[in-house]
Amino acid sequence: MTYAVGQRVLIADRRHDGHHRTPGYVKGRSGTVERLHASFPNPESRAYGGDGLPKRQLYMVALDYEGERVLLDVFEHWLEAAP
Amino acid sequence: MSHDHPHDRDHEPIGTSRDRPAAARIRALADLLVEKGIVTREELRARMDWLVSRDPADGARLVARAWTDLAFKERLLADARAAALELDLDPGPSPVVVALENTDRVHHMVVCTLCSCYPKALLGPPPDWYKSLPYRSRAVSDPRGVLREFGLELGDDVELRVVDSTADIRYLVVPRRPEGTEGLTEADLAALVTRDSMIGVAQALEPVAS
Repeated sequence: MTYAVGQRVLIADRRHDGHHRTPGYVKGRSGTVERLHASFPNPESRAYGGDGLPKRQLYMVALDYEGERVLLDVFEHWLEAAP
Repeated sequence: MSHDHPHDRDHEPIGTSRDRPAAARIRALADLLVEKGIVTREELRARMDWLVSRDPADGARLVARAWTDLAFKERLLADARAAALELDLDPGPSPVVVALENTDRVHHMVVCTLCSCYPKALLGPPPDWYKSLPYRSRAVSDPRGVLREFGLELGDDVELRVVDSTADIRYLVVPRRPEGTEGLTEADLAALVTRDSMIGVAQALEPVAS
């Protein structure tokens, strides 16, 4: 895995046509890796009958959103190291 | 709601004229999946049967055990699936369950902003409000307001953590053990653990004063 617990990360502000599991309200926001989950098949491929391989590392990311704390799960290919 | 498209054939026998468009879409999808041999009617029925047989009482047993057995609580927080199996509960198919503990300092509430992900194996089918657009959006934009509408006023010193189940993990909240429950049996404790308290929109029930 590329990112460690406690590391600052940026959630990619990227348009993706088709099924994906990164909600729009967090795109472009930065947060902190809260927890490492396992790796899972990529839903962007599975949604269209693909096998989702290779599996992608899933992270729980904590970020501040309008004054409250939101934790959500983000796949590695949607994360970048925060500047 | 207007319903003006022409009906040139009857719906499936289980449908009714009061079905909303979403229901018609689901039936059309099911028909296609069956037609293409991806699932059978029997598999669909068995899966629905399994789903409605699940009950928040299973989650409540996990919580009650965690309240009375610290070592079990640690195991539950580390691996909820293994902890469920330990109590002979069915943690369901693949998605991983993660349990999050509420304390007097931290309060978790769970939402799925993208759809309606929910720990069905341990809590049964999600309530309608959990799947509604207002809950799914306001749980993030105004979570304390939502909690207030559920009757839960969090102190300003409590860190609220809104957990958005966006991927393969399903989240189960372990509510705080209510005061004055020291003498209760595990079964009596489990009766205080409501579905909503395991979603994190309520506290566990207070014991009835005897």
